[in-house]
Amino acid sequence: MEILVCIKRVPDTAENEIEINSAGNDIERDDLVYSVNEWDNYAVEEAIQLRDKVGGSVTVITVGDEESEEVLRREMAMGADKGILLTDEAFENSDGRGVAAILKAAIDQGRYDLILTGAQADEGAAQTGGMLAAMLEYPYASLVNEIEVLDDKTLKIGREIEGGKQEVSSIGLPCVLSIQTGINEPRYVGIRGIRKVASVDIPELGLSELGLSADQVGEAGSRVKRVDYFVPETGEGAEILEGDTEEVAAKLIEMLKARGGIK
Amino acid sequence: MTTHIFAYIEHHEGLADDSSLELVNAARKIDPQAQVTALVFGSGDSLDPLCQEAAKTYTEVWKVDKQELAYPNAEIIRGLLINLLPKDGICLVPHDTFGMDLAPGLSIKLNSSFVADVVDIEGADGDTLKTVRQEFGGQVSTHVNCNIAQGAVLTVRTGSFPADESKSASGRVTDKSDAAESVEARRTFQEVLEAEMGEVDISKEDILVSVGRGIGEEENIEIAQELAEAMGGVVSCSRPIVDAKWMEKSRQVGTSGQTVKPKVYLALGISGSFQHMGGVKGNPFIVAVNTNPKAPIFQAAEVGIVEDLTDFIPELTEKIKEL
Ligand SMILES: Cc1cc2nc3c(=O)[nH]c(=O)nc-3n(C[C@H](O)[C@H](O)[C@H](O)COP(=O)(O)OP(=O)(O)OC[C@H]3O[C@@H](n4cnc5c(N)ncnc54)[C@H](O)[C@@H]3O)c2cc1C
Ligand SMILES: Nc1ncnc2c1ncn2[C@@H]1O[C@H](COP(=O)(O)O)[C@@H](O)[C@H]1O
Repeated sequence: MEILVCIKRVPDTAENEIEINSAGNDIERDDLVYSVNEWDNYAVEEAIQLRDKVGGSVTVITVGDEESEEVLRREMAMGADKGILLTDEAFENSDGRGVAAILKAAIDQGRYDLILTGAQADEGAAQTGGMLAAMLEYPYASLVNEIEVLDDKTLKIGREIEGGKQEVSSIGLPCVLSIQTGINEPRYVGIRGIRKVASVDIPELGLSELGLSADQVGEAGSRVKRVDYFVPETGEGAEILEGDTEEVAAKLIEMLKARGGIK
Repeated sequence: MTTHIFAYIEHHEGLADDSSLELVNAARKIDPQAQVTALVFGSGDSLDPLCQEAAKTYTEVWKVDKQELAYPNAEIIRGLLINLLPKDGICLVPHDTFGMDLAPGLSIKLNSSFVADVVDIEGADGDTLKTVRQEFGGQVSTHVNCNIAQGAVLTVRTGSFPADESKSASGRVTDKSDAAESVEARRTFQEVLEAEMGEVDISKEDILVSVGRGIGEEENIEIAQELAEAMGGVVSCSRPIVDAKWMEKSRQVGTSGQTVKPKVYLALGISGSFQHMGGVKGNPFIVAVNTNPKAPIFQAAEVGIVEDLTDFIPELTEKIKEL
């Protein structure tokens, strides 16, 4: 099975406090720690496990800047066979449709049976997989938390739905699936693994190689545009307890007692 | 020109989802004069009462009754919607596991714009619809402009638009079953498997000590367990803790886990994503312990402590034990 996994390099929210820059047009990017989108690790792990079971290959692909190469290498260190970097100045500020169009153009140049994305990334949009599937005219399922290969044309899949229930379906290949966290336990990648793939060639494709026109992508092709970042004026928020640990603990205990928090 | 707005009504076991009362208000924020049509798709006897119910909120209801809609398979529904909706309309869908499945592809097929997980709408100005969303798990908000000249599909965050309980619409129900031409789906629904039950039912507990990714290591869960014991409650958790297999799925609070209704909820190292908070109901006394003073959890909590939980919690536990 030829599997393509779409991945994205994102600021690691577990490592950073996200702050808005003074102009309000971006987040503060200096000193941010980046990593591969949490959901994408699960998608790559699933692809590797499927390949190891039924044969074939795993390709990882991303739309991003030069620095996005590092996440491709990381996932190749996990066990993906190939990486493809889709990069061009014209791609900057693409909306979701633009990103999906760029990915589609690259997919049209290959032959893939199964395309995986993460369920969502840093912007919380959860849109790329569904858009891509519609552009490719492939069937789609989101939030997949189980995959079983039935034969070379059909998968049995589980989707996670509300309340921890699982919706079981069959789906025809080729198809696009978005992967939910928890589907597997992504393997650990050490520095050694990354060094091993450090010199593997990663092809870069831009606008002309993909046969796209500048008005389809980037700012020019976007119908959806982020105007600014801001901190909303919300209600009062929490009362922050001040003082040293002992004082704070004592204050909290009084409050907990009053609210039935200590039996 | 008045905008034609459509609201997809989700329903389960014959009951309309809460979002059905919210989408109408999102529509009114796009255009107070808009004609808003509820889309009620399904099959069988439960459909007519659902349409009648929707007609109390929406001036127009389009009913689509087909056998293949006995289970809401987004692949089938997308095909029907493409055949039914006008190209320049605006379609609103709840941002939940169904909406995420249906909506992005629908926007491509209708050749319209798409904005996901809208939390507020500031109105339309010509062809520009001004929406508000969040990024990075709710740590920052953004204004997002969407060109609606060729229509739009929006997914709307549940709970963001106050429900319209007035039920004063007395709308008209139109059967559109024939107009919505069937399509062949390559994804076939088989069954729904129920969530596994755990040894403790966190949905019945009054005191929950809930841990998130900020707990850092599996060994640290013991810190929370000791506190829960001292308080007379039990430990629950956020999703990453379950993904890491540190706790059972039955302990997970949130939209894809359990809905809990405690009196007191301690959120330790939990950022407060809407999917987590979506499982915390009944207006409990929420206490958040988090090293990041800007974490969204401090908006939901009544009391906050900006400290490392591994320092603070053992101290708190000691003091409670001394009582
Ligand atoms: C369809 C779908 C369904 C989902 N369903 C659920 C669900 O049911 N339940 C759920 O929880 N999530 C769910 N999620 C995931 C959700 O989007 C978030 O990713 C998740 O809730 C984040 O968990 P967290 O707050 O523990 O981790 P994070 O967001 O990583 O937050 C960790 C927090 O810990 C703080 N911290 C770090 N170190 C310390 C320390 N030493 N002391 C104190 N604080 C510290 C950090 O400042 C941060 O705020 C779902 C996602 C999707 C896409
Ligand atoms: N720039 C990108 N390059 C490659 N894949 C992407 C990109 N952006 C999003 N994706 C994929 O789409 C998934 C969902 O992201 P999103 O739709 O942005 O929430 C991610 O987990 C990736 O698999």
